[in-house]
Amino acid sequence: MSINLELSAAGTRESRLGSITGYNGDLKELVQQSHCGTLIDRQRCFSQSSTCCSGCALAQLSGIRDVAIVNHAPSGCTATAAGVDVLNAQLAVKRGVSNSTVYVGTDMNEKDTVFGAVGDLKDIVLETYRRYQPKAIFIGTSCVSGIIGEDVDSIVEELREEIPVPVAAVHCEGFKTRIWASGFDASDHAVLTSLVKPPKKKRNIINFKNFFESAREEIIELFANFGVEPLFLYQNSTVEELAGLSEALATVCICGTLGTYLGNGLEEKYGVPYVRTINPLGVTGFETWLREIGKVIGKEPEIEEYIVKERAEYMPKIEKIKQELQGLRAVLGMGPGYTFEVSRVLQELGIKVVWAAAWHYDQKYDNGEVPPALDYLLKHSPDNFKLSVADQQNYEILNILNTYKPDIYFSRHPGTTIWAIKQGIPSLCVNDEYMIFGYKGTLDFAQSVLDTIRNRSFEKNLAARTKLPYTDWWYQQENAALLKENT
Amino acid sequence: MAKILDQPRYKCSMAAMQTVHAITRALPILHSGPGCAEKLSGSAGSSGYFSPHIFPCTNISESEVVFGGEDRLRETIDNALKVVDADLYVVLTSCTSEIVGDDVEQVVRSFKDRDKPVIYASTPGFKGNNYLGHEWVLQAIIEQYLKPPSKKSKGLVNIWAGTPLHDPFWLGNLRELEKLIAELGLTPNTIFGHGRGIENINKIPEAEFNLLVSPWVGLNSVKLLKEKFETPYLHYATLPVGAFETSKFLRVVGEYAGIDSEKINQIVKKYEDEYYYYIERFADVFLETRVMAKRFTVVSDAQYAVAFTKFLVNDVGLFPAKQYIVDDTPEEYQQQVQQHFHELNYEIQAEVLFSTDGHQIHEEIGNADYYGYPLIIGSSWEKKIAQKTKAHFLAVSWPLNERLVVNSSYVGYGGGLKLLEDIYSVVLTRFN
Repeated sequence: MSINLELSAAGTRESRLGSITGYNGDLKELVQQSHCGTLIDRQRCFSQSSTCCSGCALAQLSGIRDVAIVNHAPSGCTATAAGVDVLNAQLAVKRGVSNSTVYVGTDMNEKDTVFGAVGDLKDIVLETYRRYQPKAIFIGTSCVSGIIGEDVDSIVEELREEIPVPVAAVHCEGFKTRIWASGFDASDHAVLTSLVKPPKKKRNIINFKNFFESAREEIIELFANFGVEPLFLYQNSTVEELAGLSEALATVCICGTLGTYLGNGLEEKYGVPYVRTINPLGVTGFETWLREIGKVIGKEPEIEEYIVKERAEYMPKIEKIKQELQGLRAVLGMGPGYTFEVSRVLQELGIKVVWAAAWHYDQKYDNGEVPPALDYLLKHSPDNFKLSVADQQNYEILNILNTYKPDIYFSRHPGTTIWAIKQGIPSLCVNDEYMIFGYKGTLDFAQSVLDTIRNRSFEKNLAARTKLPYTDWWYQQENAALLKENT
Repeated sequence: MAKILDQPRYKCSMAAMQTVHAITRALPILHSGPGCAEKLSGSAGSSGYFSPHIFPCTNISESEVVFGGEDRLRETIDNALKVVDADLYVVLTSCTSEIVGDDVEQVVRSFKDRDKPVIYASTPGFKGNNYLGHEWVLQAIIEQYLKPPSKKSKGLVNIWAGTPLHDPFWLGNLRELEKLIAELGLTPNTIFGHGRGIENINKIPEAEFNLLVSPWVGLNSVKLLKEKFETPYLHYATLPVGAFETSKFLRVVGEYAGIDSEKINQIVKKYEDEYYYYIERFADVFLETRVMAKRFTVVSDAQYAVAFTKFLVNDVGLFPAKQYIVDDTPEEYQQQVQQHFHELNYEIQAEVLFSTDGHQIHEEIGNADYYGYPLIIGSSWEKKIAQKTKAHFLAVSWPLNERLVVNSSYVGYGGGLKLLEDIYSVVLTRFN
């Protein structure tokens, strides 16, 4: 098994899961090579700015209520602190709770790079504790602290003697991994090793790994039908709630990329079953996921009853919109937790996936199995569509869009939607992780797709007045022209 | 005590990629880890002809840390020239590439015979903040790109103000400064934003003088321009907001440029008349408020702390509480910045603290007596302390997370009115 909670760091996805950031081929080949273990990462000789694991790791942890993040890094790495603070405030107000989490940095300077700054780090952690009395402290590492060899683990040991709350190092040096989702694992590792306690009793709780709990009310209501309560992680979680993750009936997640480490870790260490189905997006995904939950918690008849009732309400409406979506051609560019799931939903709605780009790809999840979405697609996809692993490389995406000229582009990550729009292609950003959740989410999504392609004014206006940033030369190349050959 | 970065108000010097980005068709090439651009550009309005995810980047990984990243950088620049259509390519170094010791200058030099200019700036995050980084990029352009002019153009004035993209109002402010300069009959030249770019950069050495409108950021750049091209500079430290400062600004710049004083008086009169037409109409709102005391605090960079304090005292008749400057103003400039708070009407003096510790600032604000509901002008960080102190709160500077600023400006006569609009739109949300 790939999870080792005895170590101080989670390790990278490249090393644990054989994850890659460069691939160009098709569905069939990708899945087969994943099963055979023959998939090889392709490097690029040209790349555009991507995302680092530190952002993901610390963003996850900073959603927990009343904790402190101390980022041992130069000032720029802590630039996201205000965004976290504002987001926490907005989401706490929405829930009617308070969140006093703080996100500070050590502002490493040139002198620190020469002489080291673990002493300062310790002082700053102590000062942070004095100022805010957080219920846990997470110390993030950075490229600089990693390269100059700061022994953060030893400082954490010392601090544990001096501070009466959990203190954990979060190893998330940006250069260590090309896969920002390694940061999710770093945050889960910190939670599993410093907050989660062994179970005392089982409780009627289902751990729900998500991002920002936007479907909170809906899911509470859904789970109430089966006599269980969801515990949403980590935004607005408390340290006390996280201590009890081991007592849950099961762990589920909205995104396999996000959930693999925590879900598998809790299952391995505490026997909390991890529901590993395709994700609850679209009708098939939702029903498959729900049935598996029913199996785990022993509520299968209740689930079937629920499905019949909801189907009666929503399926006629979904079927109606589906008729209007038939034959549309789509390209997608998203993280792998969504690319393959949304591809499946699009096919379910009668839309043809002509190209799916995933920003990275995990050959296996932490249970050693190929992600279920891939196996599902291999079995059910009407065709063997083209597929790439594109590390948010916009130039590759625009090249693909230029070649395939789809009716619509689906994005998910910040700053990626506009580029398809500028190429004149209607685009829909699947931003909220619950955008396609369940029957109602599927209906809303289908309607949004239809609305998007029916009013093309914005892209028409903008595309007519802007120039794209890539050269004609580039548009004449193959999209994979700057991926290096396997060696 | 070690320096704690509690409520960051600045970013690292590599955020100077925003300075490059602000020049239309100039492209930063980052020799950095994969996440630097995303973390440093998380504000609204960072799209455009390019955007941070378009910036070529070596996305430094473990192998470049161990074996060096010069080959990776060379390959990235080479392909950037082929793939991305830009006028100027500016390579920026990062913490990682600098600690590893890559010779970026030598790599960049190998591109000197290409059709498009490739220059570089050393911007490791640990070396300074984004205000300094902004200057390092300007200096790189001056040192490595600009050529001595064949002629000087009479009346051509380069204007330098604000920190692009970091200051939410940088572009609106710059455009207003251009209008003021043009009003004097001079020809403004700026390099940032729509319709400017490489052509305007080329004109920099021809200018009759450089006009720096900033307390301290940019001073080294105009000094360097003087050294290289013998272009004199006028350092006008106060961003002019409202009638009092804008009229003063027009007079000082006009006199410096040798404009007939009668002409300046006419311009000033025209604008002041119009400005006071509006003030007269809306004065009731300012005068008969039940909910705003006279005291205000600005928590911002030196630029806005100086500009808004002067406006609120000299134009609006409010009274300054303690002011907070959070841009890590270098010590060498602190005294001259402080001096501005001692030159207010009626010999009013404002106390000033230079601090980067938001927690300390908020403690002081929380403990201060404002003799009623205060006005706090700051960033998103001030929202909570404003709630605690029942203050009227306006966010104007980075980080600005809950407000969208497209092209509005606080500069000039209209800028003063805009600031009043924004302040009293908050005040009007409360009756008592």
